[in-house]
Amino acid sequence: MPLRRWWERAREVPGAVMVRGLAVSTEEWTQAARDAAAGGGRLLSLWASERHESPPAQSVYAAFLIEPGVLILALALTDVRSAALRAPGADQPQYPGLEGTFPAAARLQRAAFDLSGVRSSDPDRRGWLRHGAWPVDFHPLERPAEPGSTAAASPEPSRPYPFVRVAGEGVHEIAVGPVHAGTIEPGHFRFSVVGEKVLRLEEHLGYVHKGIERRFAELSLREGVRLAARVSGDSAVAFSWAYCQALEGICACAPPPRALWLRALMLELERIANHLGDLGALGNDAGFAFGLAQFSRLKEQLLRGIHAAFGARYLLDALVPGGVAVDLSAGGAERLASLVESLAAESVTLRAIYEDHSGLRDRLNGTGVLLPELAARLGVLGLVARASGQPLDVRIDLPCAPYAELAPLRIVRAAGDVAARVTVRFEELAESSRLVQRILAVLPAGPCSVEPSEPPAGAFGVGLIEGWRGPVFVALESGPHGTLRRCHPHDPSWQNWPALEHAILGNIVPDFPLINKSFNLSYSGADL
Amino acid sequence: MLKTLRKIASVGIVSEPPPAPEESLRVRAALDAQIRAVLGRALCIRHVDAGSCNGCELEIHALNNPIYNLEGLGIRFVASPRHADLLLVTGPVARNMESALRRTYDATPAPKLVVAIGDCGCTGGIFGENYASCGRVSNVIPVDVAVPGCPPSPVRILQGILTAISRSKLTPS
Repeated sequence: MPLRRWWERAREVPGAVMVRGLAVSTEEWTQAARDAAAGGGRLLSLWASERHESPPAQSVYAAFLIEPGVLILALALTDVRSAALRAPGADQPQYPGLEGTFPAAARLQRAAFDLSGVRSSDPDRRGWLRHGAWPVDFHPLERPAEPGSTAAASPEPSRPYPFVRVAGEGVHEIAVGPVHAGTIEPGHFRFSVVGEKVLRLEEHLGYVHKGIERRFAELSLREGVRLAARVSGDSAVAFSWAYCQALEGICACAPPPRALWLRALMLELERIANHLGDLGALGNDAGFAFGLAQFSRLKEQLLRGIHAAFGARYLLDALVPGGVAVDLSAGGAERLASLVESLAAESVTLRAIYEDHSGLRDRLNGTGVLLPELAARLGVLGLVARASGQPLDVRIDLPCAPYAELAPLRIVRAAGDVAARVTVRFEELAESSRLVQRILAVLPAGPCSVEPSEPPAGAFGVGLIEGWRGPVFVALESGPHGTLRRCHPHDPSWQNWPALEHAILGNIVPDFPLINKSFNLSYSGADL
Repeated sequence: MLKTLRKIASVGIVSEPPPAPEESLRVRAALDAQIRAVLGRALCIRHVDAGSCNGCELEIHALNNPIYNLEGLGIRFVASPRHADLLLVTGPVARNMESALRRTYDATPAPKLVVAIGDCGCTGGIFGENYASCGRVSNVIPVDVAVPGCPPSPVRILQGILTAISRSKLTPS
């Protein structure tokens, strides 16, 4: 069936623009996913949620980014809590896995089993988020959250994670992490190498899993935004905006225009801040400490400017359902405009220095290549995708207000190497600076927020915002009396982590920090 | 090269003076003054993210920028806990990181200091304690100084580090 037919059958979902949902049978689940893949679609997220019926049973959801918009499939699973099905050895697949059509589904399905106890048909049954810290038959999202409850007493015995081994003469393994040598988040990397050359990299993540999805269900819809902002602290504006968008969708609440423009201002400032940080770190990882000194100075100037404008260096509590919690300080717009103008000008000078530096070019060009064809096959998203010839940007493809009016420039490079990811950052930095100037010039006057009404219980909405890494997705379900039944936040790092395993192949071990930094993926945002 | 040199010359020195230690951040006093005097001259820090959202990491990174110029104070980040005098720990401690944090602490030679960073490190923050989170850092390893904030500013983090190595007004525990 052509993709359009699925889209026509589906019903509109509130929140982000052009989102539709469809309840499907097991056969339709597989077929719709195949059609989405054939139509050039991307898997946006996959998660499970408990239906509130008696006895409670799970549904599994898959969201696809396709040509007209976002298509969400919901597959209702039969109750598996009965003793017969739970007997040892009766661990049967409950739904067809999508990892064959969308490789990024593999880890999402393993995580959905760890959290919700729903088993896909994928034969890879290794735990992903479950490292042995809680009992093997405990699935934290399986029952309604009980405030303050903790795991049962007997954790699963800890055993080594079964990495895929590479055999052969001279092959050895290098184990890195979870505690890394630099100031970065924890995760484990297992390299199989011959000499300096990497034959295989296998990632083992989940170390910073801290029960975010379970915690959401203990909060009210209003409080949830604070947790959303802390899913990945470097993408606080993107996550809190996506959360607000989903909630405002189900409340039928329209934030005032000034609030939406201020959100866009904050989102672009977040993008600039992260790109400044990364460009410095990338110079440093290639042995050019001057780059780190200069860009970290510019980033500090920007953070101080944001502090002067909004009262905080990082905007973790700036967005609230219905609008924004802080307006620009008096004179803040003018100061921010001149600051961003000077940062953009200095970045142009620094870009010329980066491009003239032969030692730097030698390290960046042709390193960590992710070819466009493979990037499409792996379904990568965001900045990494755009540096590998994938023209995806939801600010342009599915623009929410005010992006249709702002019309950001689409920035794409085809080379897929570290140099391309550096170039995309430089160009996005320049483009976001232009957007900031434009927002500040046309920022509408008026109130900064409205009071959202209480949504009905069981309403479902989604948010989708292009953060600096890529599209940030939030699926939200309300409970009775302003409570939160289920919130699933999704960071594009889920899709991009597996691509890093490919980009390193054939490179030397000392280039891994550089390649890793050029991806700069979130651990917290994907470990949840 | 000329462009690089010109940029270095035109920017000049942008470093600012460090903050004074802040006694209210101290949780316990464990080291004697003599050791503090030695550590205070050349302190090696190992950072451990035990479950942070990455917000505190961004502000720890900022300490190394030319404005805060941490290395100018004789303080530097090292790659191994075996080289470290002080652990800078962020996040509520994820249960999946609990043993890694304990092992990092055990691998750090005595005398050692621990500074917990951020609301999560101090109290567990919004994540609290649950099946996957042990909550505050002091639930897992002994903490000398705790710096609240979400995330705390680089000046506050630096103040926490300087407090840890300054002479304590508390009686040693």
